[in-house]
Amino acid sequence: MGSASSMLTQYDIEEVQEHCNKLFSQQEIVSLYQRFCQLDRNAKGFISADEFLSVPEFAMNPLSQRLLKMVDGLNFKDFVAFLSTFSAKASLQQKIELIFKVYDSDCNGKVTFNDIIEVLKDLTGSFMSDKQREQVLSHVLQEAGYTRESSFLLEDFVKVLGSSSIKMDVEIPVD
Amino acid sequence: MANAPDNKLTSSSSELDLDRPNLEDYLPSGSMQEPRGKLRLRDLLDISPTLTEAAGAIVDDSFTRCFKSNPPEPWNWNVYLFPLWCLGVVIRYGILFPTRVLVLTLGWIIFLSSFIPVHFLLKGNDKLRKKLERCLVELICSFFVASWTGVVKYHGPRPSRRPKQVFVANHTSMIDFIVLEQMTAFAVIMQKHPGWVGLLQSTILESVGCIWFNRTEAKDREIVARKLRDHVQGADNNPLLIFPEGTCVNNHYTVMFKKGAFELGCTVCPIAIKYNKIFVDAFWNSKKQSFTMHLLQLMTSWAVVCDVWYLEPQTLKPGETPIEFAERVRDIISLRAGLKKVPWDGYLKYSRPSPKHREQKQQIFADSVLRRLEEK
Repeated sequence: MGSASSMLTQYDIEEVQEHCNKLFSQQEIVSLYQRFCQLDRNAKGFISADEFLSVPEFAMNPLSQRLLKMVDGLNFKDFVAFLSTFSAKASLQQKIELIFKVYDSDCNGKVTFNDIIEVLKDLTGSFMSDKQREQVLSHVLQEAGYTRESSFLLEDFVKVLGSSSIKMDVEIPVD
Repeated sequence: MANAPDNKLTSSSSELDLDRPNLEDYLPSGSMQEPRGKLRLRDLLDISPTLTEAAGAIVDDSFTRCFKSNPPEPWNWNVYLFPLWCLGVVIRYGILFPTRVLVLTLGWIIFLSSFIPVHFLLKGNDKLRKKLERCLVELICSFFVASWTGVVKYHGPRPSRRPKQVFVANHTSMIDFIVLEQMTAFAVIMQKHPGWVGLLQSTILESVGCIWFNRTEAKDREIVARKLRDHVQGADNNPLLIFPEGTCVNNHYTVMFKKGAFELGCTVCPIAIKYNKIFVDAFWNSKKQSFTMHLLQLMTSWAVVCDVWYLEPQTLKPGETPIEFAERVRDIISLRAGLKKVPWDGYLKYSRPSPKHREQKQQIFADSVLRRLEEK
């Protein structure tokens, strides 16, 4: 795996950097490539769901299945583009967009009451009943001026989350 | 958490032992400060901490780090060093390797020509036979170590043959066993391997009293636990060596110790092994290499240099659980050998983490939401 960086040419690195809007430095991209090769055990060019789940810290994350749908089978360029949202240089808008995409599992551009309930189910498991979840959500929606029938667009998410400081940064270890 | 009695088996073979110290104590918990204040919509919608943890795990995680083998640093990068390196290759493959193969073959001839007669002719005289077999096993292990030009420095008092004691060591490769065995004929508990290794296991190692287990068999654990207990009770049995990590780790980290060795009610003598990576990376990555390839790699390197420390025997303290005891001994070994501890079970190499960890996170979040709902 140490020979990984020799398989990535300067041209490749720049291409990947362009694709992720220069949110990662070239060194970080090389680091990510080493990691990509480490996870992609048989050098297929993408990481399978099974290989992601072989990282115990990822497998035990309550939202792992949702993220898996987004990263499963990505090639290196898209893998880096996905992770670029977690760069400290990424905009708040980009981060909120990712959060919206996680909620909007049917990709229709709208997040409904049920979509939020589904995510809440992943996050709370058997420690809250369905009724409790619906009650809690209805309560906070009402307080914020929405109803059960409201459906959220990206702009609404930006309005609700934009005022708070979203901290969603991951540091890429560089040797 | 899990109040299963020690002998209870988990129903599915993919589920791991639930009795573990709290993982949260070890994992980075940047977002773990308890949120306060009245629950608002944005608190429910903000899943950024969870997403950050997941992305952090994709980028780097402490479990995969344990099994990363160091690629050899090429130093043949200029006109002066390149011919030196070529010379080195010629010497290693052309001179050292054949010499070593010769030494090993000689060793095997001596061993087999002594072992077979002793084993069959002295059938009646058990005590003498066992003594000779022990010496012969130590001998063949010394030949193995010589075949890699093994330079082993042993520190501390040599293991003594006493009842009610077990030896535990950190595990980097199957050669750990050979390195230790050349000094003392241990009985060891190991995974049954296929091929020529398995053949050696069932014939020669049988004579020093080894115990086999099968990682994939769920029922196996109870049987093995019983065999362990029987072995330590026997006064005549060879001292028992256990590798509580259950799998090979890359000699920079230690994974969680399985509690089996620590609940036998005997003294535990820790042994720490550290290989010097300058000469060769002795980590056996069983997913990448077969044992034969691993041995060949060792036989074409300059040397295998390692330190073995026999550490102070430990007993279960009053009020200490076997898991705490295991962790304490892991501390001692990791400190001595300069290894970092990680909170993972080595068997996660072969199966998925128990749902318990995810449930813990879910419970924390659920409790926090319900609590904040009450706040005004």
